[in-house]
Amino acid sequence: MSDSAAKQFDERSQRIQDAVELREPDQVPFSTIWHFWPARYAEMTCQEAMYEHSRYNAAVRKAVLDLEPDAFSFMQPTVSMGPAFEKLDFRMLQWPGHGVGPDSTFQFLDREYMAAEEYDEFLFDPTGFFLRKYLPRVAGAFEGFANFPDFPASPYFGLAHATSGFATPEMAQTFEQLASAGREVTGMLGSAIPLVKEMADLGFPTTFGGFTMAPYDYIADYMRGSRGAMLDMFRHEEKMLAAIDKARRIITPGTIGRATMLPSRTVFIPLHWGLDGFMSGKQFEKFYWPGLRDLMLDLIEADLTPLVLWEGVCDSRLEVIGDVPPGKIIYHFERTDPLKAKASLGDTVCLRGFVPASLLTVGKPTEVADYCKWLIDGCAQGGGLIVDGAIGIPDDARIENVFAMRDTVRSYGASG
Amino acid sequence: MSNEERSLIDAIVGMREVEAVELATAQLDAGGQPLDILRKCKEAMDIVGRNFEEGEFFIPELVMAGEILSQITAVVKPRISGDAVISGEPLGKVVLGTVHGDIHDIGKNIVGFMLDVNEFEVCDLGVDVPPDRFIEAIQSESPDVVALSGFLTLSFDSMKNTIDEIEKAGQRDAVKIMIGGGQVDETILRYTGADSFGANAMNAVTLCRQWTAESNT
Repeated sequence: MSDSAAKQFDERSQRIQDAVELREPDQVPFSTIWHFWPARYAEMTCQEAMYEHSRYNAAVRKAVLDLEPDAFSFMQPTVSMGPAFEKLDFRMLQWPGHGVGPDSTFQFLDREYMAAEEYDEFLFDPTGFFLRKYLPRVAGAFEGFANFPDFPASPYFGLAHATSGFATPEMAQTFEQLASAGREVTGMLGSAIPLVKEMADLGFPTTFGGFTMAPYDYIADYMRGSRGAMLDMFRHEEKMLAAIDKARRIITPGTIGRATMLPSRTVFIPLHWGLDGFMSGKQFEKFYWPGLRDLMLDLIEADLTPLVLWEGVCDSRLEVIGDVPPGKIIYHFERTDPLKAKASLGDTVCLRGFVPASLLTVGKPTEVADYCKWLIDGCAQGGGLIVDGAIGIPDDARIENVFAMRDTVRSYGASG
Repeated sequence: MSNEERSLIDAIVGMREVEAVELATAQLDAGGQPLDILRKCKEAMDIVGRNFEEGEFFIPELVMAGEILSQITAVVKPRISGDAVISGEPLGKVVLGTVHGDIHDIGKNIVGFMLDVNEFEVCDLGVDVPPDRFIEAIQSESPDVVALSGFLTLSFDSMKNTIDEIEKAGQRDAVKIMIGGGQVDETILRYTGADSFGANAMNAVTLCRQWTAESNT
């Protein structure tokens, strides 16, 4: 790393850290979360980004060097998954060439992957439930695990007898497919992780390292489906609460373990079902907030910084979600009123995001600039603001609008 | 209204699923008229819709109320004679769909549900709907309103393209067009050329009521 790049890395990192700790930085930070925007910027399709990780890496490199954000998001492990998904016969989403067009982003399939009657099974033995029931449902490659031996029920000689379960053609095929998918992921990470180091050497930190989810979303998104989860709040309240707590206890150590292996100490937590409209304040305080808050506190205890993306509008949640330690968390807002967020949370959390996806996608650069000035006027005083798109940089954002956002933050957001 | 009828409405509005279905079944078994029970269900759904509009209820309550209603309907329908009329004339017809390239359906389904309980006939075209299917539906269904849903930013162009194609097909003046979904706002309204947008399902109902009332005067 050159001296000047090292200096820039430190300055950018400090700018973000000042914002997180609610000190006024030398200038308002501009940092990006994105998925396919760098690919579009490099004139690649979404499908190419998902299947050609080296080209996507080059696209990210170009976008970072041209845009010079204070931090950039390292999204290859989310984007460049096409080959591994194919090897897995992954069923939880549709992706370019698999259900959606070559230039559409991947789209999650909101389905019921666990029946309401299976809560007890999950609560009793989540690993067994995952191996034999859940995994074969979400990816064809796991189908051989439907008869995975029940080792806890087969001790002593039984352990040896149970190994016959691995001698079936179905199990052999599963292991073959999983190894094949694993090689794809290893290859992708093998080229992606050095990019983080390369960009750090050029002076650019990453927006976040780890990734996790709210415990309610774990149940609603990945197991019960949104509809099932909504009905469970009425029909299976106690079991659902127990499952949410179980999910929190499962995901917390994994999140901490993965995050501490990466250079960034920030953990991204995109939220889905806790926003205004999707549930009442009472439901939020019973089913959503306690698990999320406990997760965040555990991350903070592990010296990590939660970066929570509150999708949609969360105006009615502001008082409740302010009950967190000050200077330790970033709340990225999509359509929540920035001024209300500043008034309610300005002394507690760093605010991030806000620039509307509509403006970035179909607006004019002058409109983007005007919005950024208004945002900085309303939210930057005293620190605690990082500017980004409301949902990060939309895949379809116009290039000139993204640069207008960057330029305005740089010129208008400089202190003094 | 009898206490039993009141209790059925209370049970539905109170989200007491088992009690509501048992009450409906008991009233039928006691000789109650199937259409009366469905009318009580409708009264309950009106209250649910009003509570949603006023911010007392949220999407989980709409989903649960819909679930209760479908269970009661399943019990009641076999006992309705063929020529009985369950409901009156709809206020209007709405063709609804998630635009091409986008497969999200939660917002669309909620809008469809709210329009349905508010007496609109809904023709749901599903997700990833190309412009020609909207055009075919306008021709075959003669709707008052076309409602375009989309969650992703790619849906902005898809909505605009759909409206452009409707215009090219000479059908733009035949319908009012509303758009809605995650990122949709005034900027997207101007970009697509729709007549209005809804920030939530109740906005969609309000717009449909307003437009159908205008066209009937």
